[in-house]
Amino acid sequence: MISVPVITRIAFRALRANTMRSGLTMLGIIIGVAAVIAMISIGAGARQRVANEVASMGSNLLIVVSGSTSSGGARMGAGSDPTLTIADAEAILRECPAVIDVAPLQSGTAQVVYGNQNWSTVVMGTTPSILNIREWRVASGKPFTDQDERHANKVCLMGATVAEKLFGAFDPVGQVVRIKKIPFTVIGVLERKGQTLTGQDQDDIIYVPITTAQKKLFRALFPGMIQFMMVKAVSTEALEDAQEQITALLRQRHRIGSGQENDFTVRNLTQMMQTAITIARVMTVLLGAIASISLLVGGIGIMNIMLVSVTERTREIGIRIAVGAKTWDIRLQFIMEALTLSLVGGCIGIVLGSIGSVAVAHAFHLPSGISPLGVLISFGFAAAVGVFFGFYPAYKASLLNPIEALRYE
Amino acid sequence: MPRRNDLGMQTGGTTPHSPETVLPLISVQQVSKIYTLGEHRVTALNSISVSIHAGDFVAIMGPSGSGKSTFMNIIGCLDRPSSGTYYLNGQDVGTLSRDCLAEIRNKTIGFVFQGFNLLPRTTALENVELPLLYNGTPAHERRERALEALRVVGLGDRWHHYPNQLSGGQQQRVTIARAIVNNASIVLADEPTGNLDTKTSMEIMELFVRLNQTAGITIIVVTHEPDIAAYGRRLIRFLDGVIVGDEVKGVA
Ligand SMILES: Nc1ncnc2c1ncn2[C@@H]1O[C@H](COP(=O)(O)OP(=O)(O)OP(=O)(O)O)[C@@H](O)[C@H]1O
Ligand SMILES: [Mg+2]
Repeated sequence: MISVPVITRIAFRALRANTMRSGLTMLGIIIGVAAVIAMISIGAGARQRVANEVASMGSNLLIVVSGSTSSGGARMGAGSDPTLTIADAEAILRECPAVIDVAPLQSGTAQVVYGNQNWSTVVMGTTPSILNIREWRVASGKPFTDQDERHANKVCLMGATVAEKLFGAFDPVGQVVRIKKIPFTVIGVLERKGQTLTGQDQDDIIYVPITTAQKKLFRALFPGMIQFMMVKAVSTEALEDAQEQITALLRQRHRIGSGQENDFTVRNLTQMMQTAITIARVMTVLLGAIASISLLVGGIGIMNIMLVSVTERTREIGIRIAVGAKTWDIRLQFIMEALTLSLVGGCIGIVLGSIGSVAVAHAFHLPSGISPLGVLISFGFAAAVGVFFGFYPAYKASLLNPIEALRYE
Repeated sequence: MPRRNDLGMQTGGTTPHSPETVLPLISVQQVSKIYTLGEHRVTALNSISVSIHAGDFVAIMGPSGSGKSTFMNIIGCLDRPSSGTYYLNGQDVGTLSRDCLAEIRNKTIGFVFQGFNLLPRTTALENVELPLLYNGTPAHERRERALEALRVVGLGDRWHHYPNQLSGGQQQRVTIARAIVNNASIVLADEPTGNLDTKTSMEIMELFVRLNQTAGITIIVVTHEPDIAAYGRRLIRFLDGVIVGDEVKGVA
């Protein structure tokens, strides 16, 4: 039987003799394999990202925003016409059995100065409950208290990014920073949480007591008006109950008649996560479809080009058979040629797919990782396509009648 | 190890052939070959019987379409007869599988055709190595033996040339080197000089004579030219698929 190094050399020589044709033939495989790689790594990245996100936002979370969804402009933190109040938040905690904790929030952007350092960040006025709701711990120092809130103390909790920008490696706890020129004492620094799905740095934030925020920093339209609130349900199963209870309560409190639109929106973050997971899944399925179609088309392309090659080289095959090539010598030669096409295409596809995945991961802030398993699977797919679609042409070649083949012009 | 380094050695020319005592190398018994083209039936060979002994040098002549190539293809195990039996070295070849025939062609038969039949974009050396690829000869030995065969045909210094860089005569020498590289005992040449000028033709025929006399290789040459046929010790004439003449030189 013919040896592997020999048929490999023959295969490469044959493919080099038609570089352009070989390259075009590989295209399907290249795209297919790149799609497989992208599918696997983007799918895994998105799933992991969503899992991280759920963990970092806090579980069983609802967000109540001023304004209705259907009226268009209601976006988190941007409630142009606040309709919610601190009293609403207190009522929700008191009267909705499915709710375990509520934090009202009033936010704005402000310049924060320490010494000659300054940094523009999001400042949020809230209650101590926020840390429980977001499952966020203080890395150094301590959280502010109900006392701080009652007295509208000028104290603040600092996100890790802000601390780093203003203080570098020093511990800010106990230092005084100026927010909108008003001095605030830093009483704690929060643990680092990282970026959100949309690429926002969650640690670029300062929390102050809501009373302080409303009196000193962002003058509310009416006292007690807030932009939004974060609500924690007692359990994942209770999320929908909580949503219904809050809606009913707020409609009642805001005196919204039946048939009238809500002037607030309750968002279920877990649902949003589910949506993200669904999108990732759809993307995976889509890439999977692209991958399988490309691999199929690529395989048919290989078969087609191999059939052409067998016809073109009828004389060569005749010579080989005449000097003693057996059925499997000829078959292996052409299968090897198809395999070489698909594997070279596969390698290019793996490289392009990896670059693509890293780029996509970067653009969508997903953890990027080229899984060795993904590479192995794609390589396996490419090899399978080569052997499968190369077999028929090889089979045809091996059955040629040597006399007719030698006479072929 | 089937190596034979006696290509350059004198082993004596004629093999004494008396059909009664020595088993013929090639023995064809009532072999017919009929091609069917739709309704049409062409009898290319019509119940031919002939024996050829090892070490012989046979010339075959006959008008176009008389069945010479068909005959060569059958004794070269490239084709099977429609009826009749072909014994090669006493073995009934008709019973063998396609792969067994490939092995026989590889080990005992060398082909030289009119159209050279070299692989394009492949060096002379690699063309000569070709039969050795299919019998598991290790790479270094392949190279050694191919170079040796090229030396025998006088192309030792042209091993790295591609077919399109060689003259017709040189290309035919490469084919001959390929035919003998595996120590074939039979070389079948179907109009080997058909594309060559007279002088080159004579050189090629001298080479066959040398292979026949020094290595004892059985040579069968099909030709249309009496000058070429004159190199053979035996002359078989074909006409319409039957043998109409079979004479040994000097016996006439
Ligand atoms: N594959 C085939 N199908 C049909 N008929 C064939 C085939 N091969 C050969 N023949 C016929 O068989 C007959 C003998 O052909 P062959 O090639 O043996 O002749 P030849 O003596 O070699 O002729 P030439 O001197 O022209 O080479 C011819 O009539 C030819 O047409
Ligand atoms: Mg002929």
